Amino acid sequence: MALQLLLNLIIAFVWMFLFNDWSFQRLLVGYLLGVLLIGLLHRFWPHEFYMKRLWAIVKLLLLFVKELLISSFAVMVQIVKPRLSIRPGIFALKTELKSDWEITILSCLICLTPGTLTLDVSKDGQILYIHAMDIEDADELSKQIKETFEKAILEVTRP
Amino acid sequence: MSQFGEILIGILILAGALISALSAFGLIRLPDVYLRSHAATKSATLGVLLILLGVFLYFAFYLDHVSAKLLLGILFVFVTAPVAGHLNGRAAYRTGVPLWKKSVQDDWAQQSLEQEKGE
Repeated sequence: MALQLLLNLIIAFVWMFLFNDWSFQRLLVGYLLGVLLIGLLHRFWPHEFYMKRLWAIVKLLLLFVKELLISSFAVMVQIVKPRLSIRPGIFALKTELKSDWEITILSCLICLTPGTLTLDVSKDGQILYIHAMDIEDADELSKQIKETFEKAILEVTRP
Repeated sequence: MSQFGEILIGILILAGALISALSAFGLIRLPDVYLRSHAATKSATLGVLLILLGVFLYFAFYLDHVSAKLLLGILFVFVTAPVAGHLNGRAAYRTGVPLWKKSVQDDWAQQSLEQEKGE
């Protein structure tokens, strides 16, 4: 990914050299041209086309903002309600993510969506212990986390 | 356009302030450390983010000044807040702060018990 990005930048700079024009617009045009070229020639690369991964990152960010807003609103409702009807608890979530990076991102995402808080990661990195504000059904909650966050992270790290 | 922008920025900042106020209420109302940290770390983060975003838009549209510092501030709050929440919760649990009495399940305690038995 880094190599493709570097090549793309070099193409953009060559484009600027060709025109002897050092403006941002020229750089942008060169960059887009580079994206096109690398996209067309991507079968010569051992890795995926890096724009795909970039798109996955953007999707992850959007998903995250969406979840943040939705669940934030849910917590507000709980706080404002006159009677506390929450049932907190700690549940274990088995994760399929392997590397430290992936697990860190997952636990940060879980931490930031209100209603769930990562308390600990087991030593082998297989199980996350999550404190949930309202355990209706721990299985359902963990399924939801798996389906949204884990899938999106996997898409970024292993396309 | 200008009026619409004003309304949008107003809503952003007002929403941020409201969310911060609500999370302060949550801090008083909720019964135990973990639930409080739910309210404190996250809703407060969202509130601060919304306020910063509103300020950024205001500077960008009305004073023609794109402030990169505000964007960086948003980024840093975003990155550090969850880690702070996690560390708070973990430190509380490890020093033996009990859960609220109405808590339903506690997989972590079970797990550690089983491990101790195994050893």
